[in-house]
Amino acid sequence: MPSQNRFMDSASYIDLENVVFSRNGRRIFDGVSLSIPRGRITAIMGPSGTGKTTLLRLIGGQLRPDSGRISVAGQQVPALGRKALYRLREKMGMLFQSGALFTDLSVYENVAFPLRVHTSLPEDMIHDIVLMKLQAVGLRGARDLMPAELSGGMTRRVALARSIALDPELIMYDEPFAGQDPIAMGVLVKLIRDLNRTMGLTSVLVSHDVPESLSICHFACIIADGHVIGQGTPEQLRNHPSERVQQFLQGQPDGPVPFHYPAPDPGQDWFATGEGA
Amino acid sequence: MIHRIRRLGRQGIEVLRALGRSGVFLFGALWGLPRPSEGLPLLIRQLYVVGVLSLAIVIVSGLFIGMVLGLQGYTILSDYGSEDAVGQMIALTLVRELGPVVAALLFAGRAGSALTAEIGLMKATEQLSSLEMMGVDPLRRVIAPRLWAGFIAMPLLAVIFSTVGIWGGMLVGVEWLGVFEGSFWGNMQASVSFVDDVLNGVIKSIVFGFFCTWIAVFQGYDCVPTSAGISSATTKTVVYSSLAVLGLDFVLTAVMFGSF
Repeated sequence: MPSQNRFMDSASYIDLENVVFSRNGRRIFDGVSLSIPRGRITAIMGPSGTGKTTLLRLIGGQLRPDSGRISVAGQQVPALGRKALYRLREKMGMLFQSGALFTDLSVYENVAFPLRVHTSLPEDMIHDIVLMKLQAVGLRGARDLMPAELSGGMTRRVALARSIALDPELIMYDEPFAGQDPIAMGVLVKLIRDLNRTMGLTSVLVSHDVPESLSICHFACIIADGHVIGQGTPEQLRNHPSERVQQFLQGQPDGPVPFHYPAPDPGQDWFATGEGA
Repeated sequence: MIHRIRRLGRQGIEVLRALGRSGVFLFGALWGLPRPSEGLPLLIRQLYVVGVLSLAIVIVSGLFIGMVLGLQGYTILSDYGSEDAVGQMIALTLVRELGPVVAALLFAGRAGSALTAEIGLMKATEQLSSLEMMGVDPLRRVIAPRLWAGFIAMPLLAVIFSTVGIWGGMLVGVEWLGVFEGSFWGNMQASVSFVDDVLNGVIKSIVFGFFCTWIAVFQGYDCVPTSAGISSATTKTVVYSSLAVLGLDFVLTAVMFGSF
């Protein structure tokens, strides 16, 4: 695993500066600042519902922050016009939690889709690229299957092949390990690591699967209650002094994040119930 | 009391916001047409899905409605010895009113609900988001072809509905009940004006097609991406489209035929 100095040496590809974002009156991010280094795997972790996926959507420009700066490859995402934003997205790949394959297209056509839309390559070249990408995820033999015929793990691998079809600079993984069996999870871990190494991708991995994420990332940050509560290399996080970070990493049921949802005094509650009955 | 007024106000604001969103949505879809080489195959596919697949229900309904009109018309008109006028009665009823209105109601139920469910499911399964993240505008790629396909298909379906209905009326009136064929077609030819009746009927169906398709695609695009949300959006499509068609029909009829 690379040292923190190596990480610090890398120029950042994504920068978030004091990002504030609210939805339906609820503040999701309250001044989040984060740098994601170029060519490395960065894991963004945190309890469910802390807005990890929202963070990816902010980076991708699908949502706009209330305030703060988000820059990707040197471009201020919230300030970009529609055309410029779509051009920037051609440099990005995103693996959605559900895979988000087009259900009316075969595996082959799904992977070929971005190539057909964004390039004017001849059909034989598209054929070769699609097979190469499917080979990379081990699913060249499944090219004629329809999405409904794939297992959950295979769906994500096809989606991964599709998201790297245009050789993006950045790839964002939204909960890639959620709901996967151990073999599928192992395959995905290997793919994310291999793709990062061979293609030199900047990878952002959003997950709450701690062991898998820490095993492949160069840098990780933990978000909770709208703030970054800890960040650094996996080793630094394991030795982090914050009780909150330790509770999350070790999966303890009680701690700074309480087991009980805030409720009125138990005596009052039971007394009130007895009265009502 | 204050609480109720506040809730009413909130609902009113929500309706206005939805109208605003639907306007911006329509503008984006109409003005964001894909390149012809890319858009034409998408449009043809949607014309098949929206138009051709609705043909069966439109033809069968048109046939039966025409036959019922023939039967009812003959029964009423024969009391006055005017059964020869059954042809013109069927034609005028279908071309002016029933053709555009019933075809639009069937279109909303068959194609509109399918459009809403399909787009809603694409939203729920993050396919629309994934298009955006691939640098492809879903308004251009997904919405625009469906919108234009609805605009084109609906008037054609209404014309087919009326034609089949007239033929159904002829089967009952002429073949079964024995109205003289010459008077059936002759009266129809003499009383149905191309501009006043046929063209106005087509204009009605264009307006209905525009609103039904707009409502259907917007409800799908704007739905809450859950199974309950899609179900509610599909229901809204059918209800809003039906009300819009019936309401607009009155307005259009008053404008077109109301100069007494």
